[in-house]
Amino acid sequence: MGKVILKAENISKQYRLGLVGTGSLMHDLNRFWHRIRGKEDPYLKIGSVNDRSSKATEDYVWALKDINFEVEEGEVLGIIGKNGAGKSTLLKLLSRVTSPTTGIIKSKGRIASLLEVGTGFHPELTGRENIYLNGAILGMTKAEIASKIDEIVAFSGCEMYIDTPTKRYSSGMTVRLAFAVAAHLEPDILVVDEVLAVGDAEFQKKAIGKMQEISGGDGRTVLFVSHNMASVSSLCSRAILLENGCISYSGSTEQAIDRYLKDSIRSTDVNHELFPIINHDFAVSFDAIKLIQKSENIIQIELSVQTLNDLNEIGFGFRIKDIHDVYIASFTPGLTGITVDLPKGKSTISLEIENFIDVVSGGQYYIDVWLAKPKLQMIIFVEKAIGYYILPKDWYGTGMEYDRNRHGLIKINANLSID
Amino acid sequence: MYSSRNETWLFEISSKRKLIDLNFKEIWRYRDLLFLFVKRDLVTVYKQTVLGPLWFFIQPLFTSVIFTLIFNKVASISTGVVPAFLFNLAGITAWNYFKVCLTGTSNTFRANAGIFGKVYFPRFIVPMSKAISNLVKFGIQLLIFIGFYLYYVYYQGVDLAPNVFIMLFPVYVLLIVIYGLGLGMIISTFTTKYRDISILLTFAIQLLMYVSAVPYPIGQLKAKVPEYSWMVDYNPLAQIIEGFRYTVFGTEDLYFSWNGFTAICVIGMVVFVFGLILFNQTEKTFIDTV
Repeated sequence: MGKVILKAENISKQYRLGLVGTGSLMHDLNRFWHRIRGKEDPYLKIGSVNDRSSKATEDYVWALKDINFEVEEGEVLGIIGKNGAGKSTLLKLLSRVTSPTTGIIKSKGRIASLLEVGTGFHPELTGRENIYLNGAILGMTKAEIASKIDEIVAFSGCEMYIDTPTKRYSSGMTVRLAFAVAAHLEPDILVVDEVLAVGDAEFQKKAIGKMQEISGGDGRTVLFVSHNMASVSSLCSRAILLENGCISYSGSTEQAIDRYLKDSIRSTDVNHELFPIINHDFAVSFDAIKLIQKSENIIQIELSVQTLNDLNEIGFGFRIKDIHDVYIASFTPGLTGITVDLPKGKSTISLEIENFIDVVSGGQYYIDVWLAKPKLQMIIFVEKAIGYYILPKDWYGTGMEYDRNRHGLIKINANLSID
Repeated sequence: MYSSRNETWLFEISSKRKLIDLNFKEIWRYRDLLFLFVKRDLVTVYKQTVLGPLWFFIQPLFTSVIFTLIFNKVASISTGVVPAFLFNLAGITAWNYFKVCLTGTSNTFRANAGIFGKVYFPRFIVPMSKAISNLVKFGIQLLIFIGFYLYYVYYQGVDLAPNVFIMLFPVYVLLIVIYGLGLGMIISTFTTKYRDISILLTFAIQLLMYVSAVPYPIGQLKAKVPEYSWMVDYNPLAQIIEGFRYTVFGTEDLYFSWNGFTAICVIGMVVFVFGLILFNQTEKTFIDTV
């Protein structure tokens, strides 16, 4: 077992919901009154679980609750979780921006975050002056910056403007310069938050590439936060999964990703906000949609439908597209001629998809679903009703992942022989 | 697990707060940042202005002229042997330094919320940098003051010379810093959550100047409205301004007592330490409320 460099013990963070006003003044006074009498903060006992979608019932919420973990030197720890699971709050605590409500974080090294781009840039100062200022804010000494300044300037690609005030820069140049400074930080523990990657598509790619390069190389201790499961699984030796402010899993990266994805299919990625959808002409409503993982490769879409009349010969269609809106597959009543008769009242339409997951490469997919009368009269159409993430695949068992950008979208079977 | 209890950690982040958590080692490590903040403050204020650093002079000079006109010519407040203009210039120079320390510190959290919300560095660096960069400006304004002082002594034949109390001059400058930062830190704590305070401060500081003996000697107030002498007697700021003038002019009609001096030093330390405590408490979680 390696040396523990960072340790979090029972950390929790409570936030107050709503606005600051006279009510909060009363709370502050009450809290102060408890404190001078040596009593516990009366508002620590209450607080809802951090679940974004449920309605807040109390004024306080636990963004994080009883988080424990250790990071060893040289380890790359992945932190994954849905939006609002507490990832950013955890990072804020780790970077000492705010302190936990309870618990303690102990660290043996300086922590710096890679994407605090352009913090403290002053528009009136020149690019060079800003490199020094920004570097110092991020924790570098003047000497450290001086030894790297040429490298930083070169990386930013702003040589020509380096002695011009940054207010004359285009926003792209400012971001480049800022990222160049951040990328040359050498803290003991680096926090990389890929979720925060900003800028245009090209720059995002460059930034993420650089982050992965830093995270991957030279045995540095890294906390890696990302929504991109492929990069988490390739970089991290261990991962923790945050769910509603608690660690729901901590251990091997594969396990954590597995749980995260199962979880995300169950709840986030079905676009519940779309439902119910009602078509008054036909007196039909889509009430809900569900995606069920029946086995490793078989998924089933279940659609709850309600009608006021019997509707005969109704087609149910869907099509699958990828993140670039490229259609991968369709199953439409116009094509297949398959229809069902919908009886009056509530019913559930099920559709089992047999050979999709096993032939496409890993990544994010979306499913559009609709109800239609034959001869293509659309009744209800729901775009991107379901999002589905497929794990990167190692089809040939060689440890190489089938990458959609490099290898293609689908798997083919080919036989190699020699005569 | 038990062995880890004895391990030394570089730092710990927790909700438990030491009353005063001023980590000098850490501040020393961030000295370059302190220097760069000072430089930024000095360089950027008058960028893209025609007169540039001349503005450092213009403001106190014009204020002194107006004060002389209103308080000494119109209201005929006597400043004794000291020429009214020089008297006002001394008071305004000292008061300005206090004012910028106070206002600069009081909006530390709000003005830097962007940076504070993203990276950690010892927050006390910011008030320190304000005190230092303004000390430079104060120094420049002091040069003007000395220039006029010499002009009055050598060309106008005014019989003025600082006496041995000039030795206390650096102490008074330090007192200005201590009060400015101390009060500023106290106010900064409240402005993070309740912005009413910062609105209050802008005009309160204006009024405070008048009750702090800036445009008149304490002796004059005591002579003219003795029933209000408590206003300056119990006002450490008035004592500091008057004491500051006493160290530079050394005239007998200015008011100085060792008891008063000791009192303002003690009160100053109390205010500063109290400010530091509040500042420490606030810096940990203010980002949640700002």
